[in-house]
Amino acid sequence: MSFKIVAGKLEPEQLKRNLGGDAAGACVCFEGWVRNHNEGEAVRALEYESHAPLATKEGEKILAEAVAKFELYTAAAQHRIGYLAIGDCAVWVGVSSAHRGASFEACRYIIDELKSRLPIWKKEHYRDGQSGWINCITGKPADKDDSATTPVSANR
Amino acid sequence: MIGVTARYFAAFRDHAGQDIEALRTGAATAGELYAEIAAAHGFADPMARCKVAVNDELADWDTQLADGDTVLFFPPVAGG
Repeated sequence: MSFKIVAGKLEPEQLKRNLGGDAAGACVCFEGWVRNHNEGEAVRALEYESHAPLATKEGEKILAEAVAKFELYTAAAQHRIGYLAIGDCAVWVGVSSAHRGASFEACRYIIDELKSRLPIWKKEHYRDGQSGWINCITGKPADKDDSATTPVSANR
Repeated sequence: MIGVTARYFAAFRDHAGQDIEALRTGAATAGELYAEIAAAHGFADPMARCKVAVNDELADWDTQLADGDTVLFFPPVAGG
């Protein structure tokens, strides 16, 4: 079981290899990719920032919760930080269990908890040259012009 | 009054124009300190949507502050 904040490229195929074992009969993996649009805006790239020590601690806690709650064989996840291009894998979750039901449910649980609990922030860089921090609740740019004088999330 | 170190991340850092700040404060709790710095720097996010860590442990807003504490302020998170 391991959670990591990673500055380089995520390698889902390699990560998946650590999920297997004689007692594992099912495996579910999730990949979150950078897409080229959000809330009607054309997105050029994403930038993720994290407080890595606390994000790692909280990520490990979430994996442990999932293993206990869904009786998993094992679980792992990684979140990338830094500057990401369209199509890059930003987050990866992989779980294995004796039967498929537990793996599907646990994978969903882990990605949902990671998104709402980890100290990670996402800044969208738009085609028009502007950028803004994203608000996880609304999914909308919090502050598209990103100037130091505009209140955070003023247009929520 | 106590002396604390405040650290700001992501949008908070942009709005504060700095990532770390030494403060003298009469705030007794992390939440009271948030109210002070939110007013000073124009943070508009409700406390319930933000997170706080005291000395590198995630904490509740009613955590009591002590002289020398480092308080990390996290704006609403957006991983994934």
